[in-house]
Amino acid sequence: MSHNEHGKEIIISLKNVGKSFEGRRIINDVSLDVYCGETFVIMGCSGSGKSTLLRLMNGIIKPDKGVVSIKGKDITRLSVEGLDEVRKSFGMLFQYSALLDSLRVEENVSLPLKEHTKLDENIIRIIVKMKLSLVGMRGFEEYYPAQISGGMRKRVGLARAIALDPDIVFYDEPTSGLDPVVGGVTDKLIRDLSTKLLITSVVVTHNMQSVFKIADRIAMIHKGEVIEVGTSDQIRNSQNPYIQQFIHGSPAGPIDFFTEDAGVTEGLGL
Amino acid sequence: MVTFIGRIIIGTVREVINICSLLFDVLYWIFVAPFKRKVCRRESIFHQMIFIGLRSVFIVFFVSLFTGVVLAMQTAYQLEKMGAVLYVASLVAISLCRELSPVFTALVVAGRAGSAIAAELGTMKVSEQIEALETMAINPIRFLAVPRFIALFFMLPCLTVLGNFSGILGGFIVGTSSLHINSDLYMQTTFKYLELKDIYTGLTKSFVFAIIIALIGCYEGLNTRGGAEGVGRATTRSVVISFILIILADCVLTAIFYFSKM
Repeated sequence: MSHNEHGKEIIISLKNVGKSFEGRRIINDVSLDVYCGETFVIMGCSGSGKSTLLRLMNGIIKPDKGVVSIKGKDITRLSVEGLDEVRKSFGMLFQYSALLDSLRVEENVSLPLKEHTKLDENIIRIIVKMKLSLVGMRGFEEYYPAQISGGMRKRVGLARAIALDPDIVFYDEPTSGLDPVVGGVTDKLIRDLSTKLLITSVVVTHNMQSVFKIADRIAMIHKGEVIEVGTSDQIRNSQNPYIQQFIHGSPAGPIDFFTEDAGVTEGLGL
Repeated sequence: MVTFIGRIIIGTVREVINICSLLFDVLYWIFVAPFKRKVCRRESIFHQMIFIGLRSVFIVFFVSLFTGVVLAMQTAYQLEKMGAVLYVASLVAISLCRELSPVFTALVVAGRAGSAIAAELGTMKVSEQIEALETMAINPIRFLAVPRFIALFFMLPCLTVLGNFSGILGGFIVGTSSLHINSDLYMQTTFKYLELKDIYTGLTKSFVFAIIIALIGCYEGLNTRGGAEGVGRATTRSVVISFILIILADCVLTAIFYFSKM
């Protein structure tokens, strides 16, 4: 693994990465480094390309140009088998959990273990119980995903993501659609996993409440480009008007949603 | 207009290539991958066999039974004029085994299981479950398509045999009750003219139909885009395309069997 100028180990590295969909540029020449053991938050408005960036990092989509390296391996050039090997070292929590509907909670969490290890059934059952206790979901083993709430599904999704003891966990909007309390619990879980299990976390979110609670470093992304990368304090005190508008959620500023001539109020004749 | 036709042709060719590549992928996971110790989960195959096979028994039985009944009545209407009502038995049996039972069973299963496969995989696709499998380094084709493929490949011929029996039973009911044919004589006439090749040509067809249903259902499901509407579209397309391909394949296979005197 390579190191940066401060001697920190770089676990994920993006260099000049670009991606277009149907002629539309989503990611434009992004270069980023994620350090080993940190919680790295990618924040930005809806449609800014942050989820695409996450999918580029974990190899679900391939970039049109640039290099994505995980632990020093360029995943854009890996074969399917090679990519699968890298994938075993990371987990992902999806926005809507993406638990398999046809499997019970226990089966969902044990799936990566059954597929990639030769562990005995009983040991797998013990590991599943441990992972479920870690996210506070013991006792729900026999339930189907449709029988539990959204917050619970997220926690089970997290248990599944950490089933193989990964080095990296990717989180796609971990707190969206959750009430503030459950959101807070999820934030604490992310933080705990990071500090207790020394997992590197990459979190995509636009929830400002959680960003400063969990982040070691933050990257602000707008229209497919990284505007600024820095520690929580650096971002909070940044003079960049985009960042200030985003943090305070103010409608006026350089991030435009409605142009004057196509505004909502005008459309209503107000 | 030319552009429009060109676009349709290119689109169709692209889809055919994609479907063929899915078929090769599935064949790879069935025949090659097990040697690399990447086997498909057995319980998942049995689960699909129960859903596709066992749960279709009822509907296949009744569809074939009534087909047999209708076929017996319609042929009796013609044969009565020639005084050859007895031949209803062999006619029903042969046309069912060679043609009607494989096709009707395939259509019923395409409507029931093919659509369910497309809808289930489509929902999994739009709710990121397929993506989740990929990030867990689990190949969705091995995990989802292969069990459905194997289950259909073995269960559809079984259902077709069931269809053969229940169709013959339907004909038997009409023949012995309203046509007043002696039951022993009916069964004798049925098996006198029914040859083994009538059965296996029918079963060969059902193997091909099974591949079509599984392939189209999985392809449409795995390529679903755009939320609930996309799932609906994939389900409809899977049924429509399967129906057309089943009839088309039936036509081609019948021609091959006919010209090769099978």
